[in-house]
Amino acid sequence: MSRTIPAPQSAAPASPSPGLAPSGPPGAAVEPEHLVVVRSRHPWRWVAAVAVAIVVAQFIHGLVTNPGWDWGTFAQYFTAASVLKALWMTVQLTVYGTVLGFALGIGLAAARLSKNPVLQVVSWTYIWAFRSIPLIVQLLFWFNIAYLYKTLSIGVPFGPAFVEFDVNDVISGMMAAVIGLALHQAAYSAEIIRAGIISVDAGQLEAAAALGIPKRRQFFKIVMPQAMRAILPNAANEVISLFKGTSIVSTMAIAELFYQVQVIYGRSGRVVPLLMVATVWYIVLTTLLSIGQYYIERHYARGSARSLPLTPWQKARTRIRTFLDTATTGRTPTRAGDAR
Amino acid sequence: MSAGATAVTSEYAVEILGVHKTFGSLEVLRGIDLQVRRGEVTVILGPSGSGKSTLLRAINHLERVDTGLIKVDGELIGYRQKGNRLHELSEREVLHQRSSIGFVFQNFNLFPHLTVLQNVVEAPVSAQKRNRAEVETEARALLERVGVADKADAYPRQLSGGQQQRVAIARALALRPKVILFDEPTSALDPELVGEVLAVIKQLAHHGTTLIVVTHEIGFAREVADTVVFMDAGVIVEQGPPQQVLDAPQHERTRTFISRVL
Repeated sequence: MSRTIPAPQSAAPASPSPGLAPSGPPGAAVEPEHLVVVRSRHPWRWVAAVAVAIVVAQFIHGLVTNPGWDWGTFAQYFTAASVLKALWMTVQLTVYGTVLGFALGIGLAAARLSKNPVLQVVSWTYIWAFRSIPLIVQLLFWFNIAYLYKTLSIGVPFGPAFVEFDVNDVISGMMAAVIGLALHQAAYSAEIIRAGIISVDAGQLEAAAALGIPKRRQFFKIVMPQAMRAILPNAANEVISLFKGTSIVSTMAIAELFYQVQVIYGRSGRVVPLLMVATVWYIVLTTLLSIGQYYIERHYARGSARSLPLTPWQKARTRIRTFLDTATTGRTPTRAGDAR
Repeated sequence: MSAGATAVTSEYAVEILGVHKTFGSLEVLRGIDLQVRRGEVTVILGPSGSGKSTLLRAINHLERVDTGLIKVDGELIGYRQKGNRLHELSEREVLHQRSSIGFVFQNFNLFPHLTVLQNVVEAPVSAQKRNRAEVETEARALLERVGVADKADAYPRQLSGGQQQRVAIARALALRPKVILFDEPTSALDPELVGEVLAVIKQLAHHGTTLIVVTHEIGFAREVADTVVFMDAGVIVEQGPPQQVLDAPQHERTRTFISRVL
């Protein structure tokens, strides 16, 4: 490599001292394989990068030095027992809302796609209704359900009841929140699942039918795995938005994360650091969900491309390995890779 | 299984009697009668829109016919006859009937998320409830036979069109079908890949598998077919051995079609 370095320098100055330039007429004398490639330069990229880096540095500097952030208080509460307990409540609301919402969503999507007109209309109406009602309004309805129905009974429809419960005993605040979140989530997930199912090529169902594969197995083994590719990115969006959306439940005095930090800063008056406690927890868990999404999507991508791209972790390992090889053997990365 | 048509195992693998089919106001099949003997190769030719694919799809009940009967191996497809009434079979029963009729699509329709081996093994295990290990051994032998044994663990998208179609043929064979239906099996292939698929189909023909092939490959029909059927506008114009239908067609429409294709 070193022998080629002088070449671009000699080529650069146009013609102040023609006598010194060793080159003859262009293209002559030099063998084609000895010609040196001079990469084009991008000075504006450097300017843009420096400008953005300065803004970022200033922001970080502000985070560190502005006493308003009050990192001491943040550290004190970030892992406080009350905060962790509230975080656990948030996680529970998300899990119940997601699991129940998507379970109901699969049913609604199947009903919407079925050949039964009654099921189609009921499913359409449900989705229409629950997408029309703001979540907070719906949650307040569930919170006040005892005003409409004082008892809950299991028995013959329109006939005698076998068991009867007091609604206020059965439906706690937490329960009301879960029901509200799940029903709301079901309407959206039904549409996402339906979109995934109709995105599967009709030829797939035809082939499954022609092979005589049983109906249920057609759905779960042939259609769903292919539908998942279209469902997953949207479903992940929904789970993440539900996770953050649980903060709306704080209006019903349920001790989830956002409610809890409000309680604490209501007492101590340290609003900003406590909001940061909630913010950082939301970011951490959303990050974990995004990582999970990446690997689940990868799982369902089998067969969709000729070969799967490496995961970030695999990429990092390959890079480290080639770097170590270069360091130990002193050869260029590509050659070192071949040598192993 | 065969409830109505008892034990009178017909000499025909497939019998089609007076079949009519209408899509909206368009009558695509206008009274089709066709018998296919066991072990014979029937090639159906005809211009597009003549109803060949619809007829083929009616044989395994992917299309429901309006009137007429279709029997495979003496067994009525899609219905059960009680006196002079035809009772529609349940979806489960139709699926069971289909699992003994092979079907090869123009676009292969392999399952892209399953490996080649899984594609072949799926239906014998789930539809015919056969032992998985046994089916896998048989599937590998079938893949060997169609020349893609080394691709057993690949995914369909990693294969060429010709290889995919040969896997689709192995998938149909794995069901040990009474008849295999081919719906333009080479129409989606690059010209240089057509030969390898036709070679596999020819090999099946020589082994005595009953085949019904809808195709535009006249040369294949001449070489392999026992019977050539020429369809146009929803009717069978003429049928007979290839040298008769292809070389000395009786009808003007057949003559025009063949001269245009050749």
